Amino acid sequence: MPAPLLSLRGMTKSYGQIRANRGIDLDVAPGSIHAILGENGAGKSTLMKLIYGVETPDEGQILWHGAPVRLSSPADARRLGVGMVFQHFSLFETLTVVENISLIVPGAKSALADRIRALGHDFGLEVDPFAHVHALSVGERQRVEIIRCLMTDPKLLILDEPTSVLPPQAVGLLFDTLRRLRDGGVSILFISHKLDEIQAICDRATVLRAGQVTGHVDPRDHDAHALALMMIGRDMPPPLHADPRPAGKVMLELCGLDYQPDDPFATPLSGLTLTLRAGEVLGIAGISGNGQADLSRLISGEVRLPAARRDEVRMMGQGVGHLNPAERRTLGFAFVPEDRLGRGAVPEMTLSDNSLLTAHGQGMLKRGFIDRRAEVAFTEACIRDFDVRTPGPEAEAGALSGGNLQKFIVGREMSLKPDLLFVAQPTWGVDIGAATAIRQRLVALRNAGVAVLVISEELEELFEICDRIQVIHKGHLSPSLDARSTRAEDVGRWMIGAQAEGAVA
Amino acid sequence: MMPMLIRRDRASTKAAVLAPVVAVLAAIVVNLLLFMVMGKDPVAVFYAMLLEPFLSWSSFSEVLLKMGPLLLIAQGLAIGFRAKVFNIGAEGQFILGAIFASIIPVYFPQATGGWIWPAMLMLGALGGMLWAVVPAFWRVRLNANEILVTLMMSLIAVQVLNYLLLGPWKDPAGFNFPQSVMFQYDAMVPILLPGTRVNVSLLLAFAAAILAWAYMQRSFGGYQFLVGGLAPRAAAYAGFSEAKAITLSLLIGGFAAGLAGAAEVAGPIGQLQRSISTGYGYAAIIVAYLGGLHPLGIVASSLLMAALYIGGDNAMVSADLPVAAVRVFQGTVLVFYLAAVTFVRFRLEWPGSSGAERGSKGA
Repeated sequence: MPAPLLSLRGMTKSYGQIRANRGIDLDVAPGSIHAILGENGAGKSTLMKLIYGVETPDEGQILWHGAPVRLSSPADARRLGVGMVFQHFSLFETLTVVENISLIVPGAKSALADRIRALGHDFGLEVDPFAHVHALSVGERQRVEIIRCLMTDPKLLILDEPTSVLPPQAVGLLFDTLRRLRDGGVSILFISHKLDEIQAICDRATVLRAGQVTGHVDPRDHDAHALALMMIGRDMPPPLHADPRPAGKVMLELCGLDYQPDDPFATPLSGLTLTLRAGEVLGIAGISGNGQADLSRLISGEVRLPAARRDEVRMMGQGVGHLNPAERRTLGFAFVPEDRLGRGAVPEMTLSDNSLLTAHGQGMLKRGFIDRRAEVAFTEACIRDFDVRTPGPEAEAGALSGGNLQKFIVGREMSLKPDLLFVAQPTWGVDIGAATAIRQRLVALRNAGVAVLVISEELEELFEICDRIQVIHKGHLSPSLDARSTRAEDVGRWMIGAQAEGAVA
Repeated sequence: MMPMLIRRDRASTKAAVLAPVVAVLAAIVVNLLLFMVMGKDPVAVFYAMLLEPFLSWSSFSEVLLKMGPLLLIAQGLAIGFRAKVFNIGAEGQFILGAIFASIIPVYFPQATGGWIWPAMLMLGALGGMLWAVVPAFWRVRLNANEILVTLMMSLIAVQVLNYLLLGPWKDPAGFNFPQSVMFQYDAMVPILLPGTRVNVSLLLAFAAAILAWAYMQRSFGGYQFLVGGLAPRAAAYAGFSEAKAITLSLLIGGFAAGLAGAAEVAGPIGQLQRSISTGYGYAAIIVAYLGGLHPLGIVASSLLMAALYIGGDNAMVSADLPVAAVRVFQGTVLVFYLAAVTFVRFRLEWPGSSGAERGSKGA
């Protein structure tokens, strides 16, 4: 192995009682793609923050080209040539793409816009430089983040779960990008828990579990099973096989739903039609930015229709297009939104108080006053039943890792005992163990007669749990496809709009 | 090297309690220095401003008298502030409360009966609330910024008061002074502490503190306000109505300020006149923040701010301080508080102080 570009020796970091990193050693070779593999809460994000200068270690040393360095801010890290794309994006929503980039990259806007287009074209990260960030989907925002990093010519690029928001076609393009960057001498730290991706692209992998290194391996020499064992310390749960069930009552219907967003850059929805029955899982596949965000708000009630058009969204047999989310919940509806912080949960509030957000109807209120004991009991049950790793109900939601917060929100919504459960991106940024648990829960609810609607950008996930799949593309929904008899490639063609009319009955 | 602000994992209770204390101490030091530069004797100023109000029963009762309206208004404002609805027009709502309360004694100066002062207080609260309806309506309908609208409504309120006092409501026997008739005995709120000017409205202010505490800390309605303030998208996700939160919090603020205005004209002043407020509506904003927007914290901060009013008056007489000195003091307290409150959610870190040194400490 050539002399390492970056070495870590004995990195240790604690947050109060929680020891996030314990004596971690790591060497990143120049021109390599190095995976950091681990479950949620294993300490991956903390380690990256130490390398990027966001946090400073309690103990340990960072060596850059063999010389000790002290990184006390991301600016220090950037000066060395370290770039990072975070899982939670740091873009100003009111500015355009090029304005965001010009905040840290010098140069005239028109020149920058040309570079953005060129990078986008070369690396399959196409984005309109003059679009406002608030109008971009999660996937498009990530493209902007990656482009912004690439524009500073980093020597080491850290990517935190980069593929979790990308459609399958773009994952391949991203991997091409990363290979080209590696061949150009850039090292890449690739944080993920998707074993197939790591095996496809990474030269080395460092596996973390509970804040400690459990292995330095070449991922191509080990099968997925062995890597998973290192990562979670136990066997991977078996895959799900959802068997067909007799059709139940119709729980959700969209009847020619049209929606013209206020935002001129967003995709209008037209003529959306779907039917979801009790005891089945319907998946909405599609590349991000094709209208999923507005569709989920229309179903949840965060965006409402005029009362005259109420029947375009029907739940449990009644028109609900004009009802707000709380009113829809009283009908037996529950919803897990795609973004957790600030929408599915209030980061500054405790988990207990976050239970109250949607579960207040579960006996937590007495004459308009909060019954703290019921609130804590509900929260404790949710933490226990859904294996949320947290000190307790009094922890602030913002202090939980992404995956643990997702488990909490999914648990909270499932505990409402809904007849109709809608989950957007159920396992985005969630580790294998937790993702499998969430999928198993979804299938279990289906088997218990609940109607489940899932929006996901991960095709494998949809094939694993869905009875039927419909694809959203440019605001249109495809016909219903049977998940057991349709091939992934066919769904993929619908996703990019290449499906010929009439090809599917 | 520049120190950096690092976000804490959770809000620090210690910093939340210390922030107002540090802010007040810093303001005292800075203001005493300022007074020294102006050529005043800092010891005399300190004594007159900060100690004298507490040293005799008569001056302490005046502190309590000032505390009433501040406590009442600040409790109402704090509810809105926690929902991130910034009503800074309590001054105007206070004036409208005073005007509405004055309707009875101005038009029925001969009326008698125990019902009069409670009716005046209720009218006053209604007046303050009506004044807050306007910004609430525009905010909900047109998304017009409530900070600007409430502030402008205060300027209008002052002119309404001037019009009434120079025109229809001027006391005919008042030597052409812009003031109403003196109110009859039954139009005055009963005295609470004999021998002082402290009246029953102080009890109302404490009741408001208890109600605000129960509402914000224990009720689902208050919880919805908090969610709306902290994470508006989470409130939309849960189905809490933003329009309702905005309207209700503005109305609560207007209600409390109007009640305070009524209690002021039906209390220590005893008539409607131009100088019914010495900036209570604005000072209450400082009181609300200095109290950490917490109902119990506001009890303490309103007492402090009231003492500053009395102490400032003392200092004007005994230490020859200008009128503006109290305002300057209030302003510096707020500025220092806003700076200090940063440390509730953030901590300071010096680059270079991290890593090895802290590691060795921890080892």
